[in-house]
Amino acid sequence: MADVAAANGQKQGMRISEEVAIQIVGMHKWYGEFHVLKDINLTVQRGERIVICGPSGSGKSTMIRCINRLEEHQRGKILVDNIELTGNLKNIEHIRREVGMVFQHFNLFPHLTVLENCTLAPIWVRKTPKAEAVEAAMVYLERVKIPEQAQKFPGQLSGGQQQRVAIARSLCMNPRIMLFDEPTSALDPEMIAEVLDVMVGLAESGMTMLCVTHEMGFARKVANRVIFMDGGEIIEQNEPEEFFNNPQSDRTKLFLSQILHH
Amino acid sequence: MADETAKFAPGTHPDLKPPVASTGAIKWVRENLFSSPTNTILTLVSLYLVYLIFPPLYGWMIHDAVLNAASRNECQELGSGACWAVVRVRFSQLMYGFYPEELRWRVDLAFVLLFVALIPVLFDKVPHRGYGMIFTVFYPVIAYFLLWGGMGLEPVESSKFGGFMLTVTIGVTGIALSLPIGILLALGRQSNLLVLKAICICFIEFIRGVPLITLLFVASTLLNYFLPPGTYFDLLLRVFIMVTLFAAAYIAEVVRGGLQAIPKGQTEAAQALGLNYWRMMGLIILPQALKISIPGIVNTFIGLYKDTTLVVIIGLLDPIGLSQAILADSKWQGLSTEIYVFIAIFFFISCFSMSRYSIYLEKKLHTGHER
Repeated sequence: MADVAAANGQKQGMRISEEVAIQIVGMHKWYGEFHVLKDINLTVQRGERIVICGPSGSGKSTMIRCINRLEEHQRGKILVDNIELTGNLKNIEHIRREVGMVFQHFNLFPHLTVLENCTLAPIWVRKTPKAEAVEAAMVYLERVKIPEQAQKFPGQLSGGQQQRVAIARSLCMNPRIMLFDEPTSALDPEMIAEVLDVMVGLAESGMTMLCVTHEMGFARKVANRVIFMDGGEIIEQNEPEEFFNNPQSDRTKLFLSQILHH
Repeated sequence: MADETAKFAPGTHPDLKPPVASTGAIKWVRENLFSSPTNTILTLVSLYLVYLIFPPLYGWMIHDAVLNAASRNECQELGSGACWAVVRVRFSQLMYGFYPEELRWRVDLAFVLLFVALIPVLFDKVPHRGYGMIFTVFYPVIAYFLLWGGMGLEPVESSKFGGFMLTVTIGVTGIALSLPIGILLALGRQSNLLVLKAICICFIEFIRGVPLITLLFVASTLLNYFLPPGTYFDLLLRVFIMVTLFAAAYIAEVVRGGLQAIPKGQTEAAQALGLNYWRMMGLIILPQALKISIPGIVNTFIGLYKDTTLVVIIGLLDPIGLSQAILADSKWQGLSTEIYVFIAIFFFISCFSMSRYSIYLEKKLHTGHER
C-alpha cells in the first residue's frame, strides 16, 4: 500500500514521507454484543490524505473516533506517532494534543466567543501565553477566511462559518494529524463548498488527514487513498482514480452506483 | 397636515411620525388590556379586585396604623389599623436576638462587609474585581471573628444568636457551601468510578428522602450519642452542617439535570482538544450546565433560606422563635399578624432579590446560541 500511496503522492505533487503516522493492527470493537469493527488493519504515512466512505452504520466514524480514543477498542493495537493507545491517560492526552478532530455538528463551545474557542486549548493544554495564542488563532481564522467574526459567539454564525471555526480551533493546537468526521453532512449545499475549500487548502499544506465524507469530488481532488467500509470491515482501498473507475467488489460497485447516480 | 399628504420625488421621502393610535400609551392599553371581549372582562374584574383589596390594605398597613404606643391597648385607642408599635419596640430583638447590645456593631459591620464581599462575585464589571475576590475569600474568616469574637474581640456564644441575624448567618453559610458541595456530588454521581458514584447516590438519596426537621433533630440530640463523650460540638455549627448537606443534595440533582442537558459533542470536542477531566468540566461543561441550572439552583437557595425558620424546632431563636416570645408578653398579646407580616416582608425582600438577580444573570449569560 505504501508504494501506491507514494506513487500517488508524487502524481499529485504532494510529498508523503515514509514515516508512519498511524498504525492500526487487527483492531476489533464491540458495542455490548454488537461487533462494530472487525479486524481493521490500516497504516497511514505522514502526509497521506485518506477518505473513508461507506453506508451509514458501517463503522467508519467509530473507526476514526478510535484513533483519538473517543471510542475504546477492545482487541488489537492502535499506534499514533508510535505511541500505543491504551488506558494510560497520559498517552491518551498526549495523542489528543497531536490529533485534531472536526465533527459533523461542529461542537463549538457556545458560551465562548470564536476567538476564545480557538485559544482555550492552546492556553490551557499547551500553556501558550495568552497574547501568543490570540495571535496564532487570528492567523488560523484568517486562513479559514473569517477573522472578522472573532468576537462573535458561535450561535451568531452560519453552519459553514461554524465548521470553519471548528477547523481553525483544531489547527490552533498545531496537530500533526487531522480527523474529519462527516464535516459537511450537516451543511447546506452552498456552505459545503466553503468548508471543502478550507479542507483542500489544508491538504495542500501537507497535513495528514483522515476524512469520513461522501464528497466524492473532494476525494478525487485530494485523496491519496479511498477506503470503503461496510459492516465494520474495510472492504476495499485504492487510489481514487482506480477506486471510482474500477471498483473491485460488488458491494463497492453498488455503493458507488447509489451515491454517484443522482 | 398639508405636508404629510404632499408628494415627494422617489428617494426623498422623509420619515413621518406614525399616527397616534398606533403608538404610545393608547396603543398599549388597547392591545394589552382590551384586545378582545374576554380580555376586557378580565381587565375589569381585575380592576375590581384591586379596588376591593388595596384600599383596605393601605388603610390597615399605613393610614390607620399606629407606630408609637407602649402596649396593645394603647394601640387600639390610637387607631384601628396595624399596631406596628410592637415591631418598633422589639425591633432590635427581632434583628439580633440576645446578642449583647454593646457588641451589635460587630453584627452590623459583618452584614455590611457581606455585601462588599458579594459584589465582586455577583457582578463581573466592577473595577478591581481581582482585589475584591481576595477580600471575598477572606470574608468568612473576618465574619467568623466578628460574630463569635476572638482575636482580641470579646467572645459571644452561639446561643446568644437570634432573629434575622441568625436567619442570614445560616442562610448565607448554607448557600455558600451547598453550591460547591452540590456540584461535586453531581459530578460524583456521573462518575465512572463505581464506588464514588455509589457513595454520592446513597448520600443524595438519603438526604433527599428525609425531612429537614429530622436532620435538625439529629443535629441537636442524636449526634451526641455518636460522638465520643466530652466532645463539644456547637449546636449552631451542627445546624450549619445539616442545612448545608440538605441543600447540597438538592443542588446536586439540579446540577445533574443541567449536566445531562449538555450535548455529548461538547465533551467530545473538549477531549479531542486534549483537555483533562477537570479543565473540561471547569471550562466547558460546568459553565454551560450551571447556566441552564440557574433557575433550579436559585429555587433551592430560596427554599433553604426560608427553611432556616425550622431551627425554631430545636430551640434556636430565629424571628419566628422570637415572635413567640414577644407574643407571650402580656403587653403585646394577640398581635401575631403584625409580627408575622413584618417577618414575611423581610423574607420577601431577601428572596425576591435573589430571584431578580438570577434573572439578571440568565440574561447576561445568554450568548445567542438558541437562535
